[in-house]
Amino acid sequence: MTHWIIAPVVLPALLAPFIVLAARYHIGIQRVFSIAGVLALIFVAAGLAWQASDGTITLYQLGDWAAPFGIVLVADRLSTLMVLLTAVLALFVLLYAIGSEWDNRGRHFHALFQFQLMGIMGAFLTGDLFNLFVFFEVLLIASYGLMIHSGGNARLRAGVQYVLFNLLGSTLFLFALGAIYAEAGTLNMADLAQRVRLIDGAETVGIRLAAVLLLLVFAIKAAVLPLHFWLPSSYAEAPAPVAALFAIMTKVGAYAIIRVYTMIFSPDLDVTAGLHTTWLMPAALASLAIGMIGVLAARHLDRLVAFAVIGSMGMVMVAISLFTPTSITAALYYTVHSTLAAAALFLIVDLVRTGRADLNLIAQPVVPGAALTSALFFLAAIAMAGLPPLSGFVGKLLVLDAAFSTSAAAWIWAVVLSSSLICVVGFSRAGSTLFWKAKSMPVADEPAETTAATPAPATLSYVAVGGLLTLLVAHTVFAGPATAYMADISDQLFNPEPYIETVLDTPGKLSTPKEGY
Amino acid sequence: MELLVASAIGILTAGGIYLMLRLRTFPVILGISLLTYAVNVFLFASGRLSIGAPPILRDGIEVYADPLPQALVLTAIVISFGMTAVVVMIALGAYLGSDDDHVDDAINKPSTGTGDAT
Repeated sequence: MTHWIIAPVVLPALLAPFIVLAARYHIGIQRVFSIAGVLALIFVAAGLAWQASDGTITLYQLGDWAAPFGIVLVADRLSTLMVLLTAVLALFVLLYAIGSEWDNRGRHFHALFQFQLMGIMGAFLTGDLFNLFVFFEVLLIASYGLMIHSGGNARLRAGVQYVLFNLLGSTLFLFALGAIYAEAGTLNMADLAQRVRLIDGAETVGIRLAAVLLLLVFAIKAAVLPLHFWLPSSYAEAPAPVAALFAIMTKVGAYAIIRVYTMIFSPDLDVTAGLHTTWLMPAALASLAIGMIGVLAARHLDRLVAFAVIGSMGMVMVAISLFTPTSITAALYYTVHSTLAAAALFLIVDLVRTGRADLNLIAQPVVPGAALTSALFFLAAIAMAGLPPLSGFVGKLLVLDAAFSTSAAAWIWAVVLSSSLICVVGFSRAGSTLFWKAKSMPVADEPAETTAATPAPATLSYVAVGGLLTLLVAHTVFAGPATAYMADISDQLFNPEPYIETVLDTPGKLSTPKEGY
Repeated sequence: MELLVASAIGILTAGGIYLMLRLRTFPVILGISLLTYAVNVFLFASGRLSIGAPPILRDGIEVYADPLPQALVLTAIVISFGMTAVVVMIALGAYLGSDDDHVDDAINKPSTGTGDAT
């Protein structure tokens, strides 16, 4: 079974050039291969998740080189969960892209989509920091292509900002990696976890600098407050299915923070003690607040959803920054919820766009398919705002519960509860303007022409959105087993010894001369 | 030599950041390139500086250069090269399309914000 770990990386990596080379001009064949690839990914990911569910940590040594020297892929509970989440999200996003013909509005959508999946999967599975950088770049370069898919001025301009911001982030990442290598002499995560502990207390300047730089890089990816500027315009201008897929990209940053700051710079480490509570927590609370205020202030529906994403990332980061087992459990539950809810909302934004000239929050006459779209929007908004009965409510409850006994409880409770209220107001204002007031609007002068020109969205689009919302409902109904599993994950994260032993003690080439190093 | 390398990294970084704050695409791209040069030298120096030392184990040699940062720098160079090419193309497209090379969208804001409504 060990070789299956690399399948989520290799499969899209082979499929993408195949689609470019062999099916370049046949959108039908591209669609078939893309869907087949994603279905296969789901099976592989489910298999890996099942394998890891009993706590097994599976190691894959590339080229059979032993751990600190070679690159390793590691499948534990957390990474397989994220891989499975990505694969499932990709299926629905792909269905929507096909149903709404987005993939046909420019070239190479499916190839870039597969490359993007390859990067995301690799980032979740790798056990090496430099390899994480490489997979970040793979997913970023594919996302640059997807971001400006089907062109247009506004999209290109937003694309330039997005690319430049991320290039800067990559440069910071390299500075952090250089500093870590200079201090610890390794970039393997398990090896680092051991060596960082050995650094002399008086000589920690370099490693502290590296820890902060690394946190900065992951915070850019996760769009935590002072570094969130790239997100609203790029997510709002990106094609809808791409924005929905990007919902997992912010989670890559959250995943990297969880992974690196539980294993390498763990909360009990003297060197980086206080980093999370002093810096991450206020930033997370601020981005939660600003995100939800942005929801209320937005004048366009797409920006509104983008700010909701910032808010929900703030929520995830609040839970992460507590760094207790229960808070990580809550963060993981909320991560899954927030990915599905944000993706569904971005797709619904595109459904709303169908038949409208723009996404300004101004009442316009009713368009075909508005009834179903508004019902879906209602559900997704409930989930995103965290109202009962959907999973957002359960997630927020878990976060509040985890924060209850900490010293920052008053702040967290105040910000989470008041921002939820603001978010509810923002979403209900948007929904009532878009869907209710539409009924009272006079029908346009040339009704026959407009209705003929804009048919209702395709059934497949609704299937995709409905599928995502069904997953959200399932995430709520099975909240008990889900939280139990997330608790297992955070248990594994806070006891990294088996992970470190598996990575470092598995024999391979060059595994013997460890003492002489 | 340490002073030379350190000041080179510092000057490249300072120049890169200054150019990036100009907020027009061409200076920003140049600034990012300078920053990537700075980071490449920084990565190179992270394996400690040594002159004329071989990177491969051989008999009778005591001082070695660390080969790993060199491999890392190669990867970083290739990636930043590709990324720069991509960003030049996208920026060129954006410039030709909107006849404006500002990276921030402050100038274009009225046309995207209220222009859509009318």
